[in-house]
Amino acid sequence: MPISLNAYRDIAPPGRVELLYRLSRQTAGKRMLHITGNRTGGEIGEILHTLIPLLTEVGLDVRWETMKGAGSFHEAVQTFRNGLQGDDVKVPESLLEGYRDAIHQTGRLLDLTADSVITHDPHTLGLIDYAPSDSRWIWRCYLDVSRPQRKTWAFLRPYVIKYDAAVFSLPQFAQPLPVPQFLVYPSIDPLSEKNREMEPEEIDETLEALHIARDKPILLQVSRFTRSKDLRGVIETYRLVKSHFDCRLVLAGSAAPDEPDEQAVLNDVRDAAAKDEDIYIVPLPPDSSIEINALQRAATIVIQKSRREGFGLSVTEAMWKGKPVIGSETGGITLQIMYGQTGYTSNSIEGTAFYARHLLNNPTIAQEMGGRARDRVRQNFLITRHLEDYLSLLIFMGRM
Amino acid sequence: MSNVRAPTPFRFVGCVELREMLGRKAADVQQLMTGIEEVPVDSIYYHTHSYFLRYEHGPSLFSSDFATWVAVSVRDRVLSERLGLIDPFEFRDVEALRASIVATIDDQLKTLWNVPRVIHGEPFEFVSSHIIEVDLDLSAQTLQEFRDQLSTVDRSVLFNHICEAKIRKGRHSGDFILWIGSEHGLNLPDLATRVAAIQPIGLTLEGIRARTLDIVDHWLAKTVPA
Repeated sequence: MPISLNAYRDIAPPGRVELLYRLSRQTAGKRMLHITGNRTGGEIGEILHTLIPLLTEVGLDVRWETMKGAGSFHEAVQTFRNGLQGDDVKVPESLLEGYRDAIHQTGRLLDLTADSVITHDPHTLGLIDYAPSDSRWIWRCYLDVSRPQRKTWAFLRPYVIKYDAAVFSLPQFAQPLPVPQFLVYPSIDPLSEKNREMEPEEIDETLEALHIARDKPILLQVSRFTRSKDLRGVIETYRLVKSHFDCRLVLAGSAAPDEPDEQAVLNDVRDAAAKDEDIYIVPLPPDSSIEINALQRAATIVIQKSRREGFGLSVTEAMWKGKPVIGSETGGITLQIMYGQTGYTSNSIEGTAFYARHLLNNPTIAQEMGGRARDRVRQNFLITRHLEDYLSLLIFMGRM
Repeated sequence: MSNVRAPTPFRFVGCVELREMLGRKAADVQQLMTGIEEVPVDSIYYHTHSYFLRYEHGPSLFSSDFATWVAVSVRDRVLSERLGLIDPFEFRDVEALRASIVATIDDQLKTLWNVPRVIHGEPFEFVSSHIIEVDLDLSAQTLQEFRDQLSTVDRSVLFNHICEAKIRKGRHSGDFILWIGSEHGLNLPDLATRVAAIQPIGLTLEGIRARTLDIVDHWLAKTVPA
C-alpha cells in the first residue's frame, strides 16, 4: 500500500506538504516515464518505489519501465559503471554490441511516449536514439563521472549530449556538457523500515538478536565491506578513543558472499579486530533495514571514514536519527555534515578519534548536534524534497 | 487598528528552487574571482542569498558560499572574514554586490605573494538557481490575519517575499514592509519601519519569521482594546 503524501505532514518542514500539493497544480496531467535497468537496483530502486506513488498522487501520469537485456547487456552496464567511475576497464566491441542490441530491443518494444522521460544511470542512456520528437528527455546519473575512463566516456558521451538535460547528485560528480545540468540530491524516506521511528524495546530486541551489548557507548560505521570504506582506519580510530574512553565499535553492513573482494576485506577486518570483545563485526544480508535502523538509533556517534564516497545516504540516515556524524571530506559527506554544527569532517585517523573523544566527553554537545543534524535532513534530504525537485524540473523543462 | 482592512489583500506566495550547475570550478582564489566576474547574475544570487533556503537551524557563519569556501577549503581566514563582512542586503542589485565581492578579493590578492588555493576539500562549483513561484491560495486583509498566516506558512514564503522581492524584483523594502506601510495595504508606516529594522544578515528564515511575529504581536497587543 503506497504511503500518501499527507503522511509526511508532521515529518516534513511545516507547510511543505501543502506547498507541494499547490506546486503540483502546475504539472497535473503530465505524462512522465522512468526507465531503469531493473526494479531492484539499490538506491535507485529504493527512491523510485517511494517517489513514483507520490508523483502519481499529485496528479502526474507516471510509468516505470525497465530494460530488456540479456547477460551481455548486464556485463556491459557493469563495465560502464566501473569505467564511468574511473576504473581502468576493458571495453571490447562485443560488449558494446551487446549494449546496442539491448537498447535496440527495448527501444522497439517500449512505449516511449510521454511529456518527460527520465532514464537512470548508464543502463538506459542509449534509448535517446528512440526518443519521440515531442518529449523532453532527462538523463539521471547517480554516479561520480568526473574522472571517467576515457574509452567508456567516449562511447557514452554522444548519447548524453542528445538529451535535453542531465541531472547529477553533486556538482563535483558532473562532466562539462553542452546540455543543462541540474542538481538533485538523493533522499531518504523517513517512513521506510530503515528510517521509521522505533520504540526503545524494539531497538533493544534487535540489538540483542545481533548479540550487541549496550552497556557502553557505541561507535558505529554502516558501510559495505570494501576497501574504499577504510574499515581498518575505523578500527585504529576506535583504539585511539578506547585508550581514553571505554566504548564499543560496531562495523555493520552488507557483505555479498559471492563477492570475493568483499569477503577478503571482511577477513582483513576480522584480523585487524583481533580478539577485542568490544569490536562487533556484523555482516548483514541485503535486506536488513530494521537492523540498520536499530543500530543507528543505538549508536552514540556514527563514523563514515570512507576514502571515496558517493552521496553517502548512510550519513543521511544516521543524521535523521539524531546522531552526530564524523565523516571524511569526500563526496556528499562534506555537503551533508556542517562542520561543528551537525558533526565533524576529518581526513585522518587522529582527527576522527579527536572528535569522537570530544563528543563522548560532552554528551550535551553531541545531543545538540544530533538535533541539528535531524533538522538538516528534514529540510534538505527527505523524499518530500526529492518530489519538490522533480516537480520543479518538469515545470522548468516545460518552459525551456 | 488591528481590524483595519487593507484595500488590497496580501497574497502569500511560496517558492521552490531548482539548482543548475554551470560546469565551472575554481581551485584557487584567482579562479574564484574570475568566475565571480564572469558567471551569470543568477549564480551570484544563488551563492549570496540561497543559503537562507539551505541553512535552517542556525545561521551560516558567513554570508555567502564564497566566504564559506575560502574559510573551509582554502583556509584563508583574513579573506573569508572580509568576504563575510559584505552584507548582500545592502546592495540595490546583484551587479553591485558582484562588484564589491570582486573588489574585496582583488584587494586581498594584491597583498599576497602566492594565490591561495584549495588545501582540503573540493574546488568551488558555480551553481545557478531558478525560482518557481507557488501561489498558496492564502491571503490576509487585516494585521491579525497576516500574523496568523505568517506564523504557519512554509518558510519559502519568507524567502520569496524578502529575498526575491528585494533582489530580483526590485521591490527594495520587501513585500511584507511594502504591504504593511502602503496605502494599498494596511497603511501602518510606523509598524512597517519597525519590521524594516530587522536585519536579515546573520538570521535564518525562521529567525526572520520569529522577529517579524514578535514585532507584530507587540503592535497588536498595544492596539487591541482590552
